[in-house]
Amino acid sequence: MSNSAGLFSSSLGRKYLMALTGLFLCSFLVIHLIGNVALFTDPVQFNEYTRFMSSNPLIRIMEIVLVVGFLTHIIDAILLTKANKAAQPVKYAMDKKKSTWYSRNMGLTGTIILVFLIIHLQSFWYGYKFGVIEMAEDSSGAAIKDMYTMVLAAFSQWWYAAIYVVGMILLGTHLSHGFQSAFQSMGLRHKKYTPTIQKVGTAFALAMTLGFISFPIYFYIIQL
Amino acid sequence: MNITLKVWRQNGADDKGRIVEYKMSDISPDMSFLEMMDVLNEELITKGDDPVAFDHDCREGICGMCSMYINGEPHGPEDLITTCQLHMRSFKDGDTIYVEPFRAAAFPVIKDLVVDRTAFDAIIQVGGYVSVNTSGNTQDANSLPVPKADADKAFDAATCIGCGACVATCKNSSAMLFTAAKISHLALLPQGKVEAQERALNMVEKMDELGFGNCTNTGDCEVQCPKGISLENIALMNREFLGASLKSEK
Repeated sequence: MSNSAGLFSSSLGRKYLMALTGLFLCSFLVIHLIGNVALFTDPVQFNEYTRFMSSNPLIRIMEIVLVVGFLTHIIDAILLTKANKAAQPVKYAMDKKKSTWYSRNMGLTGTIILVFLIIHLQSFWYGYKFGVIEMAEDSSGAAIKDMYTMVLAAFSQWWYAAIYVVGMILLGTHLSHGFQSAFQSMGLRHKKYTPTIQKVGTAFALAMTLGFISFPIYFYIIQL
Repeated sequence: MNITLKVWRQNGADDKGRIVEYKMSDISPDMSFLEMMDVLNEELITKGDDPVAFDHDCREGICGMCSMYINGEPHGPEDLITTCQLHMRSFKDGDTIYVEPFRAAAFPVIKDLVVDRTAFDAIIQVGGYVSVNTSGNTQDANSLPVPKADADKAFDAATCIGCGACVATCKNSSAMLFTAAKISHLALLPQGKVEAQERALNMVEKMDELGFGNCTNTGDCEVQCPKGISLENIALMNREFLGASLKSEK
């Protein structure tokens, strides 16, 4: 219990793990969003960017760290949720909660985001790596996998674009509780700074949602 | 006032339990909620029925004995009070009021609305104290200076009466607000600092062992606490526990 291996089996240790992996995943979202901006510049640049991301050794290592981060966050969430359900086996006939819906349903929004993530990876990560993909030319005239056309084709379908919009709105609700909650779990609470952390959390959630939603909406509209 | 009560009746820990409806008439709005329950029990006893078991003691909001989940909230709809301080004027004529016991695996129902809150005592027993003998040889209070801000925070934490409303309202039945109030109350004062590390480790371990859930930072506990204990205490506990876990040589 009091050694560091036991730390993460305690309730608070699991919360630290949840907070740290959550904030790490937040940093990934920022990188992903910045990279996606290449979609708005030009097809060649975007295709070269995707080639760089899938071939650079440092990025490949980070990819493994990212998978570990996701798995830790998910497995930890399952363990915590299991304990929480067991802690309150009988529900109230009448229950009025004063907290926000999204703060109480992180498991639900998290699960839907996971489903979204699987769909997203199947389409683009698996599709790019193992699927049949058209070739285009890079800036030097060499052949390059045409991810840009793949994105365009995916978002020309209204239902596929809609999955992204819903997924990203739920991600926003997940982040608006999760971001500031991570600081509280780590014990970083201060009368002067916490209101700012909460505002930054809300702004971050809004920025990520609007940022990621802009891609499916833009590419759907231009192909109408 | 006429009201309809929907009261949880459960004949012991092994009984499944059910909601039973009682019609109450001529209830004075000036009655406390517990007095209204007394009237109900008088009526039940007169009829030869089993009265509703519920916890109460001081009836002035300081002992932490009264509980009950009234219309979906621990200690009823008003803020910063216990059930004994709740009055019938907080309800409207013709209202239906649900009365349920505090729900948590760590707080098993003994009978009707009475739950066993021994788990809180068990958490206190592993560290909610200072091992300083203060009887008979009390030193001058001014010989140990305490910063005003710390004294205020410690006092705020010390107002926790251990009623269990935080556990009852938490969707995870987490006892973190209670445990955190005790940990920060003592960690902020010089007498308590000596054992702060051990206290944080032992009390959190006991809390986990007793089957309370985890904190998801929804903040329901802080809103429902009759003494207004702040989530700030949970953050302080999180810091204390992290530091203690890393420093501890055990």
